[in-house]
Amino acid sequence: MAGEKKPQGLQLLDFWVSPFGQRCRIALAEKNLPYEYLEQDLRNKSELLLKSNPIHKKIPVLLHDGRPICESLIILQYIDEAFPSGTRLLPAGDPYARAQARFWADYIDKKVYECGTRLWKLKGEPQQQARAEMVEILRTLEGALGDGKFFGGEAFGFVDVALVPFTAWFLTYERYGEFSVEKECPKLAAWAKRCGERESVAKNLSPPEKVYEFVGDLKKRLGIE
Amino acid sequence: MSSSPVHHTTMNQLQEEVPKLFGFWASPYVLKVIWALRIKGVEYDYIEEDLRNKSDQLLEYNPVHKKVPVLVYQGKPIAESEVILEFIDEAWKHCGHPILPEDPYQRAMARFWVKFQHDKLSPPIWKWFTTQGQEEEEAYEASIEQLLVLEKELDGKRFFGGDKIGFVDLSLGPLSYVIPIYEEIIGAKLITEHKFPSLFMWMGNFLSSPSVKGHLPPLDELQARYQPIREAFLKGKN
Repeated sequence: MAGEKKPQGLQLLDFWVSPFGQRCRIALAEKNLPYEYLEQDLRNKSELLLKSNPIHKKIPVLLHDGRPICESLIILQYIDEAFPSGTRLLPAGDPYARAQARFWADYIDKKVYECGTRLWKLKGEPQQQARAEMVEILRTLEGALGDGKFFGGEAFGFVDVALVPFTAWFLTYERYGEFSVEKECPKLAAWAKRCGERESVAKNLSPPEKVYEFVGDLKKRLGIE
Repeated sequence: MSSSPVHHTTMNQLQEEVPKLFGFWASPYVLKVIWALRIKGVEYDYIEEDLRNKSDQLLEYNPVHKKVPVLVYQGKPIAESEVILEFIDEAWKHCGHPILPEDPYQRAMARFWVKFQHDKLSPPIWKWFTTQGQEEEEAYEASIEQLLVLEKELDGKRFFGGDKIGFVDLSLGPLSYVIPIYEEIIGAKLITEHKFPSLFMWMGNFLSSPSVKGHLPPLDELQARYQPIREAFLKGKN
């Protein structure tokens, strides 16, 4: 076939339960950007995925007119910068507020997923340790939220998008860790509920019971009881 | 670079405009911030921290991570070196030259390569430095593999940022003086001109660029600091 046509527009290589992928879906929805969702089989990675992200071979990958962008927070900033009209994920014209948002998104990336994984994977003392750390992490985030409606204040933004997919994992963390987010961090729980009322979030988060089921299946597959 | 503490007691409130940088002489993360401030031609007050006895101010300004660097500007603290670099680029947008490119895709690429260094390159290099025998060999091979990826990306350009030092150069920059020290201590070469012609030249370009030249830690002191670190790891202590 002569002159293969270069794909136009936005495509998202993703995996249904991935909180990192959901960040991108939510951002695209907030910006009202149409895109093609391409579910990936992570146990049998497609040529497109391997070609688009040869270094990490991971999802999510955003393709814009065929050019790949990898790493979810990098994708969020790309979406914000390449499509500046409409909702701003990072507040325009305020370097300090932007720095704060980047700081907290980085904190979320460093802490939540890794600790959460230890929480559902491990047992005994290491699991207790993970539970204690998770509560500490959530309390720290609650501190950053303060009395604000969202992390950036009045407007739903970058940090909210970075964290909100993990709220679908709270049920899983709570069950494995035997604690309640509502009890430990009521303001954060209220924030999660508020976010859940947004269409972009409601349409793109996995139902918490589905996440719990997924983790259960994954544990079986990994041979962890 | 002088590592002596510099405390400027500002008598005039208007001098609040001068940012304060909390740092540690051996930290490459602090150095990235210093280089970025120099690119922008921004004067700053430097406060040297004793990391074994952190100041109340540092703990107040960075309660979450309790680390350096922290930049304080107009009374407000910013932590995490990459976050600080993007802040400097935005706050002093029209000074010096841009640290990140204008184009959104190029910006995404710059951020990608900085994350690559953190996720893929630094771990095997550190492992190479802190192990011996089979583990060291494997880490060495892994480091070479990741350096080849960077070599391909650089592809003969003067800097990763093009003609001038940018976000990726600042992040990778410390390799240009740390790797030779590691090589000296271990007694093996990692980045040779033969295997990495672009990176090898880049290291020289970086070290001689105006914002960087003369602003390195004292290398003999740094080597004296790293040597016992390797020894401690090899003995099995952390």
